[in-house]
Amino acid sequence: MNKFSWYEAKSVEDALEQVNSTVSDELYQSSEKATIFKSGGIDVFDWVKEGLLKPQMIINIRNIPGLDKISYDPKKGLRIGSNVTLAEIASDQEIKNQYLALHQAVNHAATPQLRNVSTLGGNIAQRNRCWYFRSVDHNCFRKGGDRCFARHSKTGENENHAILDNGSCVSVHASSIATALMAFNASVVIANAEGKQKTVPMDDFFVSAGEDMAMENILQAKEIITEILLPPPSKNTKSSYIKQVARESYDWSLADVAVVMEVSGNACKSASIVLGAAAPVPYRSVEAQQAIENKTINSENATAAAKAAMAKARPLSKNDYKVPLFVSTITQTILEIS
Amino acid sequence: MEKKDQDPKSKSAKTISRRGFIRGAGLSTAGSVLLTSNVLALDYKEQPAVGKAFGPGAMTIKMKVNGTTKSLSVEPRTTLASALRDHLELTGTKVVCDRGACSACTVYLDGKPVNACMMSALDVGDKEVTTIEGIAKNGELHPVQEAFIEHDASQCGYCTPGMVMSCVHLVENNPNPSLEDVKDATRGNLCRCGTYPHVFKATLAAAKKTI
Repeated sequence: MNKFSWYEAKSVEDALEQVNSTVSDELYQSSEKATIFKSGGIDVFDWVKEGLLKPQMIINIRNIPGLDKISYDPKKGLRIGSNVTLAEIASDQEIKNQYLALHQAVNHAATPQLRNVSTLGGNIAQRNRCWYFRSVDHNCFRKGGDRCFARHSKTGENENHAILDNGSCVSVHASSIATALMAFNASVVIANAEGKQKTVPMDDFFVSAGEDMAMENILQAKEIITEILLPPPSKNTKSSYIKQVARESYDWSLADVAVVMEVSGNACKSASIVLGAAAPVPYRSVEAQQAIENKTINSENATAAAKAAMAKARPLSKNDYKVPLFVSTITQTILEIS
Repeated sequence: MEKKDQDPKSKSAKTISRRGFIRGAGLSTAGSVLLTSNVLALDYKEQPAVGKAFGPGAMTIKMKVNGTTKSLSVEPRTTLASALRDHLELTGTKVVCDRGACSACTVYLDGKPVNACMMSALDVGDKEVTTIEGIAKNGELHPVQEAFIEHDASQCGYCTPGMVMSCVHLVENNPNPSLEDVKDATRGNLCRCGTYPHVFKATLAAAKKTI
């Protein structure tokens, strides 16, 4: 790692005063005296170790008081501080009871060791895991380069890559927890250096590659995530989550699906269906939602919804397996609800 | 006849280990930084944090490791794994992937397993570090360590310290683990030799003895 200094931030204001860049800005076009945030540090140290990120100063936001709380109110919903670790979410009984899909997604993310350190804010703000993007030797679009190495039909190693919205960058978002958060219609609370705060729905937090190649979320240099909010579930809310991986132990997602439904008996009244590892950002399948709404939750309708979700899929040279994998995973996840 | 190992030249060459060299180089850098910036050794935790940055040169910090408070000189970029191995000579903690993917570097931070390779030594703060060297108590191996020997749960041995850390944490926190619990606890620990079945057997056997 390059030499960097360390700033131990004591408050959100203090941290925002010191920061002048983001990991995304630096990866796209590096600056001389970048000061960037780190909390758990798993993604930041990864980039610094690769030599792709060379900060002058790392601002440690991990110990800012007040960002490490989980609170649940049946009327107001769930608030998770950005510094809450994945392990703390996984062991929270109220989250398991009220937000099962989130509990399952967190439990299947990363390793026990990483869950003890990784924070929720860092998890949703981490950059994608495309091996070309992470390689010093491949100057891809995401790093200000002139091509996508993964897309190449002969040489592109694209088996883990996107099948939807893959017109520009073909990476898939690294956070499988975001899949569940988006299905619950979560919002991200962001504070800025002017002392203002905004609450952004998860759907608007992520930035598609077609919109801006340099970033995967809307965070700017002088902004910080303080909380993630989830609306309260009703007594008819049900949720489920399934993640497909290549190995029995922990692994990155090949296809993960979160479903949150309002049910009436065995019928779906409204559905929120989000796919992970399908597109450069977590992908809400409006097609699947419309296909299952006001229908009985059974195998036939679930399969129809799953197929509708894949109608626009455009697999690359080595990942066409993902289409049937998503069809079966979406079907299975919907059927878990009943 | 002259014996080779009595040759003073070859002996002195042998005394310079790779690790010793790394540590020595680190300290000489630290010395020059301390001189040029005229900063005295400071206790990281007691410094006011607002408006003050640390480094990028070396500073002296205190770290509680295996029950003893140690003083060591680190830069902000010094990982906990490097602090333990290169500065405190606790080389039981292994660094393999150096990216948090294999968990060979597992240590406890306030009793919780973490990857020592993916955090700065400054991240430790006033938390207590436990390494594989701190698992045996009063010269007695932990039941998990005994069981690893008994059940041949180690081949090349490189994943073993991290594997033991994960399994000890499990049996200390779950007195009656199932096979699935052992698998869950070791999900982060990669063993390229494929010794998993023996690790599982050893841990389940150790859990029975611990009760």
